[in-house]
Amino acid sequence: MKCDLIVVGAGPGGSMAAKAAAEAGLNVIMLEKRQEIGDPVRCAEGVSKRTLCRMVKPEPEWIASEVKGARIYAPDGTSIVMSEDKSGDEVGYVLERKVFDRGLAMLAAQAGAKVMVKTRAKGLLRKNGAICGVSALRIGEPLDIEASLIIGADGVESKVGRWAGIDTTLRLADIESCAQFLVHDASIDEDYTEFFLGNSIAPSGYAWSFPKGEKLANIGLGIQGSRSKPGEAVRLLHQLMKTRFPNGRIVEMVVGGDPCSGPIETATADGVMLVGDAAHQTDPLTGGGILNAMQAGVMAGEVAAKAISAGDLSRQGLAEYETRWREKIGKTIARSFKFKEFFVKLTDKDINQLVGSLAKEDISKMDLQGMLRVLFRFNPKLLWELKSLII
Amino acid sequence: MLTVNRYKCCYCGACVGVCPTCALELVETWLEVSAECKECGLCTKICPVGALEVNA
Repeated sequence: MKCDLIVVGAGPGGSMAAKAAAEAGLNVIMLEKRQEIGDPVRCAEGVSKRTLCRMVKPEPEWIASEVKGARIYAPDGTSIVMSEDKSGDEVGYVLERKVFDRGLAMLAAQAGAKVMVKTRAKGLLRKNGAICGVSALRIGEPLDIEASLIIGADGVESKVGRWAGIDTTLRLADIESCAQFLVHDASIDEDYTEFFLGNSIAPSGYAWSFPKGEKLANIGLGIQGSRSKPGEAVRLLHQLMKTRFPNGRIVEMVVGGDPCSGPIETATADGVMLVGDAAHQTDPLTGGGILNAMQAGVMAGEVAAKAISAGDLSRQGLAEYETRWREKIGKTIARSFKFKEFFVKLTDKDINQLVGSLAKEDISKMDLQGMLRVLFRFNPKLLWELKSLII
Repeated sequence: MLTVNRYKCCYCGACVGVCPTCALELVETWLEVSAECKECGLCTKICPVGALEVNA
């Protein structure tokens, strides 16, 4: 079997890459190791409405609910509210990832990409050192697919990068260990995503409630890997359920690891581009990765077509992808990483002070930068090391 | 030896992401451990459900 481009992984990043490349005229094969695309889910499913709609026209069945804003709770119970259009990339729509991921794969297929499910990439094929395809296992049978360009969109457990010589191994400090329940509870606020901060709730992370319809929400938490121990995320989530949602009925369980390393040193190698979680393109502060992966996917797909027609698939020939993703999402990821490195050190007393100082202000009309400036004005000592990022 | 409790494992792949020797592979719902495993235990710490254990 032969094609121009192989995309490994049919998540949002892979599907957008396959779609963009197929639309640009490439013969594309997208491999998905699971038998069903999008399932099991490993995600809290929140995205910015605006950014999503800039890339695709969402089908109604992709959206589980739409929220008005975000409410953030300090450990002492004080809360502040941010409106939807100001709170950044992780509020707006709460998706139904099982349907959404399959929908995006469908768009790739409609654009002409061949989608192969239950097909797992096992390694890269090389001829005289140069990459010439992927050796795969399709429904348990060996299958070699020839292509001189590979896009690795193979998630947190990515192997494509490592096979190509890019070390994508995550340090424990650079990954959040996450657990989530889909919960039915009468107390769930259907209009707001909620964030719960505190070192006893989620050490160096946060807990969340993302509404998914009537009295239904994704309730979960993530903790920094370096502060995790075996089974800790699930244990803390049970504790959160007991204290915050004692009458909640758990109807689904989701776990996962979320990269929060900041921008990776390189997302390209000769014949290879990495996209999404595989390239650690998640926002280190929020953990959100869907839209970054989709944007990077589009860029990688477009660059793939250009590089193939130019006949240069070396790392140099793929440099446009590197430049474009760093410009479009890499800068924000780098900035968020600096914020994350600061916030993981905060004590509960610090968090109470920060949230408390905003509680008296009207922040409903402020964007994130404006809010940070107010925070800095009230807490200059605490936030001094972030000065250059805020002012 | 690294043991996987397959009744606990929720096959999320977090362990694969932190493995320094690339010894783990997630095959749909089945976590494979190869001979490359150095029993460093990093994967046991990151596992959200506590499905991994290094035994002496």
